[in-house]
Amino acid sequence: MRLYEPARAPGFASWWYRQGQFIASHAVLAVLALTMLLPFLWMVLASFKPYEEVENLNPFPSTWQPENYSKVFEQVPFARYYFNSVFVALWVTFLQCLTSAMAAFAFARLRWPGRDVVFRLYLATLMIPGVVTMIPNYVLTVKLQLLDSYLGLIVPASFSAFGTFLLRQFMLTIPPALDEAAWMDGAGPWTVFWDIALPLARPGLIALAVFTFMGNYGSFFWPLILIKSEHLRTLPIGMLYFDSVYGKQTNLIMAASVMNLVPLIVLFVCSQKFLVRGIQMGGVKG
Amino acid sequence: MKGRPNDSLAAAGFLLPNILGFLVFTAGPLVFSLAVSFTNWNLQRTIPFRVSGPENYNELLHDKQFWLFFINTVYLMLGMPLCIAGSLLLAVLLNQRLRGMVAYRTLFYLPSFTSGVALMILWKALYNPDFGPINALLDWCLQALRLNDLLQGLGFHALAPPQWLPSTDNLLGLVPQEIRISGSKFGLGAREALIIMGVWIAIGGNNMLLYLAALTNVPQELVEAAQIDGAGRWKVFRHVTWPQLAPTTFFIVVMSFIGSLQGGFDQARVMTNGGPSGTTTTLAYYIYTKAFEEFQIGYASAVAWVLFTVIFAITLLNWKFGQKELSY
Repeated sequence: MRLYEPARAPGFASWWYRQGQFIASHAVLAVLALTMLLPFLWMVLASFKPYEEVENLNPFPSTWQPENYSKVFEQVPFARYYFNSVFVALWVTFLQCLTSAMAAFAFARLRWPGRDVVFRLYLATLMIPGVVTMIPNYVLTVKLQLLDSYLGLIVPASFSAFGTFLLRQFMLTIPPALDEAAWMDGAGPWTVFWDIALPLARPGLIALAVFTFMGNYGSFFWPLILIKSEHLRTLPIGMLYFDSVYGKQTNLIMAASVMNLVPLIVLFVCSQKFLVRGIQMGGVKG
Repeated sequence: MKGRPNDSLAAAGFLLPNILGFLVFTAGPLVFSLAVSFTNWNLQRTIPFRVSGPENYNELLHDKQFWLFFINTVYLMLGMPLCIAGSLLLAVLLNQRLRGMVAYRTLFYLPSFTSGVALMILWKALYNPDFGPINALLDWCLQALRLNDLLQGLGFHALAPPQWLPSTDNLLGLVPQEIRISGSKFGLGAREALIIMGVWIAIGGNNMLLYLAALTNVPQELVEAAQIDGAGRWKVFRHVTWPQLAPTTFFIVVMSFIGSLQGGFDQARVMTNGGPSGTTTTLAYYIYTKAFEEFQIGYASAVAWVLFTVIFAITLLNWKFGQKELSY
């Protein structure tokens, strides 16, 4: 018989080894975290600089100028951009969550012939690249006279195979006994969906809602080709024009960027618990 | 189960909105764009509509620009291995139950969560060759290390920080307007700038979270068994953890390929307008130019379908080999 021994017996040397490893890990993590943070810090500092200092290599402003932020609103209809982005993103989020949850319910909690085949086909459509459908969708929007309108921004973005897939993953984890009991009591499918499946899939719904919201808040390509009039510009499009027209005023551009990013950061910090789980479940191969 | 005779009907009702949207905005357009790719359809009415058969595809094969932009698209993928390895490293570091793990994770994820036009405009300012902090930092390093004195003492040229976005220099020495390599083009230019930004954005993003999830799923018995056999940290990682992560790595690689094949539009539009000399124009950007600036819908659709075919092939590979990897 052979006796197995741990490679490093616990003891003094091992303690030092673990401490060293601990410090090294924190050092590497801290340096990387700083790399992530520095561009954001530079942005905030630059947003407070007076115009004469934007070409200054010193990142700190000599006098802090918070009026840069209000100047942004004077030079471009920034409030309008904000409103447009949030308005469109909220509608898309609502519609996408609803249509995805309904489809996910049909795939996860109802029984019907051919369900899994249909689901697999549906999943396959996830790989259809946006560049292929973008041109026909544009032509369709033109034909439906939705060019340059809120509807044109909202409707095509309101359906998602990914959302269906993600919510199905969540709904599959609901114990069958829960809805069986409801069915037995004579509840209709809508009741089971609304009162049982939806509340129990809430973490998934929140993750999907946040993803959809921020994806649309930052959506660039579609509004770029769709929107012509200034009052319909969303934030990314507004930022693009602001940058191309007032590009020399780095301080104002950075103030606009800060205002663009702050809602996202707040949203992220509040919802990250759900997001992490959502990404990890959505990334599992189906 | 009896007592639920209406499931099929109910399912149809629940699926209806999504399926309708799918037919109108995905399936329909897919068929439509394939059909259009065989025509010369141009949104400017001056050119008479005509079914041109495979003409577009033929033209595309001899379209010098298409191949240049294809090379650009592939070139921009150079950041991918770096990015994936970085994500794995971060995940391994975060997987140690250290204090502050959630704070680190939040910070690492922040760039990818906030990525968009605002971040790209920020990076444009960071890369500014004259006033940007990146070159200021590089300059400072050069002076602090007295590297140029050393180089000139040895008879080499002095180093200067790169010009970044307005520069066509690149690490492979590719000439911008034709498919050729020239020594004068070595350096860091617009493409490297986009790659570095891309790595910064994505390194702590979804891939890191996927690796983190996969790492927590590595059976602890396997790790302990290896440790009992006397394997050190690196050996445990190389022979136990890494094979266990194979399905995740495979998935991430495939998704990254698919993403970068159709990507690159946003940053190029915001930061470089596809330039200088078209060096940051990717295939997605080319499709945009053809369809929405030159209104050649037919030709743009053909380019899109070539791209789709490549993506489809990669997905098939994923299905074929991905399943095998899963049953490790």
